Amino acid sequence: MKKILSKPKSLKSVVFSYCPGCGHGIIHRIIAECIDELDVREKTIAVSPVGCAVFAYNYFNFDVTEAPHGRAPAVATGIKRTQPNKLVFTYQGDGDVAAIGMAETIHATNRSENITILFVNNANYGMTGGQMAPTTLIGQVTATTPFGRNLKREGYPIKLCELLSTLEGAIYLERVALYSPQSIIVAKKAIKKAFQCQLDEKGFSLVELVSSCPVDWSMSPLDSIKWVKEVFIKSFPLRVIKDKT
Amino acid sequence: MKKLIKGNIALCEGAITAGLESYFGYPITPQNEILSYLSKKMVEIGKIFLQAESEIAAINMVLGAAVTGARSMTSSSSPGISLKQETISYMAGMEIPALIINIQRGGPGLGNISGAQSDYFQAVKGGGHGDYKVIVLAPNSVQEMYEMAYDAFDLAEKYRTPIMLLSDGIIGQMMEPAELNSRVKKKKNIEKDWIIDGCKGREARSIKSLLMENGALEKHNINLQKKYRVISKNEIKYELYMVEDSEIIIVSYGISSRIAKSVTKFARKNGVKVGLLRPKTLWPFPSKIINSLAKSNVKFLAIELNHGQMIEDLKLAVNGKSSVSFLGKAGGGIITELEIFKKIQELNL
Repeated sequence: MKKILSKPKSLKSVVFSYCPGCGHGIIHRIIAECIDELDVREKTIAVSPVGCAVFAYNYFNFDVTEAPHGRAPAVATGIKRTQPNKLVFTYQGDGDVAAIGMAETIHATNRSENITILFVNNANYGMTGGQMAPTTLIGQVTATTPFGRNLKREGYPIKLCELLSTLEGAIYLERVALYSPQSIIVAKKAIKKAFQCQLDEKGFSLVELVSSCPVDWSMSPLDSIKWVKEVFIKSFPLRVIKDKT
Repeated sequence: MKKLIKGNIALCEGAITAGLESYFGYPITPQNEILSYLSKKMVEIGKIFLQAESEIAAINMVLGAAVTGARSMTSSSSPGISLKQETISYMAGMEIPALIINIQRGGPGLGNISGAQSDYFQAVKGGGHGDYKVIVLAPNSVQEMYEMAYDAFDLAEKYRTPIMLLSDGIIGQMMEPAELNSRVKKKKNIEKDWIIDGCKGREARSIKSLLMENGALEKHNINLQKKYRVISKNEIKYELYMVEDSEIIIVSYGISSRIAKSVTKFARKNGVKVGLLRPKTLWPFPSKIINSLAKSNVKFLAIELNHGQMIEDLKLAVNGKSSVSFLGKAGGGIITELEIFKKIQELNL
């Protein structure tokens, strides 16, 4: 009998510790599938972020290092420069990549560092209890915007892909989501394309994954999916922002 | 054959001879010669040089390169070293060896660009958050800039720890004849069983400092402290000069110790029994030898280009057995031989 579906080799046989309805589990799974399909598990080096997904090394069955908050693109630069034939990716949240680590993100992009950033946008700081993130929507209530994000006080949500697209070094930038089986298939294709861009030595790639955080959003998993579909992606439209591959 | 060379360049040569594979840095005076020199030299020898977008990015690139096992280095001066402290703490926790150069300038704040020794506390007490130490080497000549930069990598890898070469703007900038063939060229690094370089033919690895499991961080801290005790036992280095019959023992390191040495010679000619103890490692500090020299008829004099930092470790080492005096200044001025001799005469009364 032919086996048509199994757990990817790039995932360890452990149970995820993520909350019900959280996007990290899906994202881990499709990353692992891409790495298996590209047959690069033994040459992959990942940089896990500060935040819920710091535990990525408990789940991924390939080499992973930690990095200080926001510095993953710099750490990945050091890894890639010394191991140019490896697949190097960072896994970062919105606060990590677009607040504290914005300088590292912009400069890694501008150097067209041949790495991939997988940017999980869930519009809040998940692990610390749902505070405002750089991507929090106008009016969105968080632990630190109890009256809703006010553009006069907190400014506008940052659209990182659009910002990076102005840099010559950005080769492939796409925003995807995870609210339906179809959107997950698109997300997986984007990740695979980004990895391929790196393996082909074309330069910097980033995939933004619009995800959900039901616990910190105070929503059920199903309501979270609905909110992503009906509200979140209206501010963060799903599209290929740049493709110079 | 000796070569007339700047301290900042000599340390680059020492690191390269030790097999430096990657350098990441950011401009700040008075260490800019290091970047300029390595931007050419590293490219010529087929190694990695990258000017980072900040001191923070530079040390994190070092972290990334070093987790793959590559001998890696960054350099900066005081304010820039402050910026690197968070990641140095991570590297101590993750047990990642790398070399950090501090060509000290005056502080606090932006301070000035003259040489100083006011980062002693920051260097020897850990510097960043958490309970950790880094080995701190204190060269006092261009020759030692070369030798200590070379030796630093073996030490760092032996103990899987970041290591700091704590120099200053004066030694960094001054030119002296130095023998640049005093160390053997390293070709290949030793095998390391902990690095992250893709899991081909082995189990996947992770390197981390976040330890959330019950008791894991406590255990990790106990292990780190064990390592620090072994380093303290095995790696203390110092120079003794005319201390045997001394009534006054100067304790001084780096550029200050050069001035202190000439005063020691001068005082001896004038019949004052002065000696010099020069720590070459600031952490671990040569406490044992200091304690064995401390007696009621011996006076200690700490000399440093700050307002009294090493003197605290000196007092702990002396443990009340001798009097301990201080002479120092901070903010760019250098202590003169005359000032030191006057202080010695005061103590000799």
